[in-house]
Amino acid sequence: MSGSAGQAPPPALEARGLTVLRGGVQVLDLPELVLEAGTVLALIGPNGSGKTTLLKTLAGLQPRASGSIRFHGRPLDTRSGLAAYRKRVTMVFQAPLLFDGTVRMNLEAGLRLHGLPVPEREARVLAMARRFGITHLLDRQARKLSGGEAQRTSLARAFALEPEILFLDEPFSALDPPTREALLDDLALALGQGQARTTAVLATHDQDEALRLADTLAVLHQGRVVQTGRGIDVVNRPADAFVAGFVGMETLLAGRVTASAGGLFRLAVGGREVESVGVPAPGQEVLVGVRPENVTLSLHAAAHSSARNSFPGTVTRIVPRGPCFKVELDCGFAMAAFVTPRSLEELDLVPGRQVVASFKATATHLISAR
Amino acid sequence: MGLIWEGIKQALELLWTLDPEVLGITLFSLKVSILATLASLALGGGAGVALALSSFPGKRLLISLINTGMGLPPVVVGLFVLILLWRGGPLGFLGLLYTPSAIILAQTIIATPIIAGISLAAIQQLPPDLRLQILSLGASRRQMLRLLVREARLPLMAAVMAGFGGVISEVGASIMVGGNIKGSTRVLTTATVMEAGKGNFDTAIALSLILLALMFTVNTVLTHIQQRDRPR
Repeated sequence: MSGSAGQAPPPALEARGLTVLRGGVQVLDLPELVLEAGTVLALIGPNGSGKTTLLKTLAGLQPRASGSIRFHGRPLDTRSGLAAYRKRVTMVFQAPLLFDGTVRMNLEAGLRLHGLPVPEREARVLAMARRFGITHLLDRQARKLSGGEAQRTSLARAFALEPEILFLDEPFSALDPPTREALLDDLALALGQGQARTTAVLATHDQDEALRLADTLAVLHQGRVVQTGRGIDVVNRPADAFVAGFVGMETLLAGRVTASAGGLFRLAVGGREVESVGVPAPGQEVLVGVRPENVTLSLHAAAHSSARNSFPGTVTRIVPRGPCFKVELDCGFAMAAFVTPRSLEELDLVPGRQVVASFKATATHLISAR
Repeated sequence: MGLIWEGIKQALELLWTLDPEVLGITLFSLKVSILATLASLALGGGAGVALALSSFPGKRLLISLINTGMGLPPVVVGLFVLILLWRGGPLGFLGLLYTPSAIILAQTIIATPIIAGISLAAIQQLPPDLRLQILSLGASRRQMLRLLVREARLPLMAAVMAGFGGVISEVGASIMVGGNIKGSTRVLTTATVMEAGKGNFDTAIALSLILLALMFTVNTVLTHIQQRDRPR
């Protein structure tokens, strides 16, 4: 051991002052990013936010314009250092990128490049084929696989290398929902738990996928990390309007604080008053977010309710959203609520219908105060 | 029609009796064109792969030049090599004019851009991330190149076939720099031209058929290599 007793080991990966240019334009600007060993970090953000670029840069596959990357405390700056690093980490791309040959040949490809002896190679191929449920496909030609089978092969090929860091670039985005579900479960299992947890970075635009697989989230927007934290914290306490929108906090109320006392405050929005949790000063302009799943719709205002906020409004649009429907409302400000198909029918919700939208003060989240 | 039948009959007869002169010309054509194709594969294949994987200002222009070179008229190449190797020319001191080496040189110049152009396209049509995927599986640069070439082996073999087909069938350059000297630089195409010029259509047809049979045989072998381990 090189470190003295009591000193924490350096993180698996540490990037500082990282910038990447494409065609002279800066596409990535990352003051700091830390990946602790034995954790899974999800990079979430919309298309074009720089997730893939960041992943490729961290995986040592793309040159950086400036900045440093340290792997277990050792900087990656020489050509040979980078080549050695690439033997210890690996990446799974959005497309499976299989070689023309059998599934077995594909699973063996990396192991062969690493110069592993044949018996070890065969043992790992079998173990990985079993883990990803592709044992029966081992002698099938890779180009004849379905999308899901191909992506399983690609994941198994990467896991077979037992990488010290695994980089995953939206490996599920091209798959249909049932295939994706099954593969997500298998990947969650393969990533392991506790001591056996694989150190990994996953890029995805799907927050559910990120929450399911990752320990921490980093939200990317236009080449910058706008928020980092535990998954549940990012989703429930988005740092700004962009993150709020991205994690599904669809109702954003911007207004001026009229009163603030005892951890609760009142906010004037579009001629209405909203009660919310937080301690901004009166007179401040603030942004408050509400998730559509926390908004209740009824036909009449309830006489007695613990929901501090109740606003009459008009249904403007109804959009299917997964197993539910998202009902968009105009309450003097835009609101959104999730309802089940049964509620939709019982309340006879159609555009133009008058309803009352309610939510508790504790269901609101103070996003920013200026 | 009678002429063609005569030609076929004579071709079979020449083949059946293993006419030493025809056999000599055939083997010589094969040797010259195979050597030229191999040289072009080394030069053009290497250049095509390198060009596909690099980026520099002027790359587009270079690709345009190579693509133009794919249609280089053999007569023009022949003329260029002739001037180059002419006694008073820049390479005249080598004394290569009217030797098999001169034909190989000219044919290499013809086939190199063909093989380079197709190799370039062959590597470029691979998914752009494949190179990164291979590197990320722990490949060295050399291993990465080998795997890329393996992935592109179908179009790369097509490049070899196109290159070989281009040189075994050309006549302009061979006649200009080889001189169609009997027993020394006579190839199937130049012999065909000569026989046809002399009015010996039957022999000319026989030589053409042998040329076609030769191309078919070589391409069958190459196709077999190309399609090996590819279950339809």
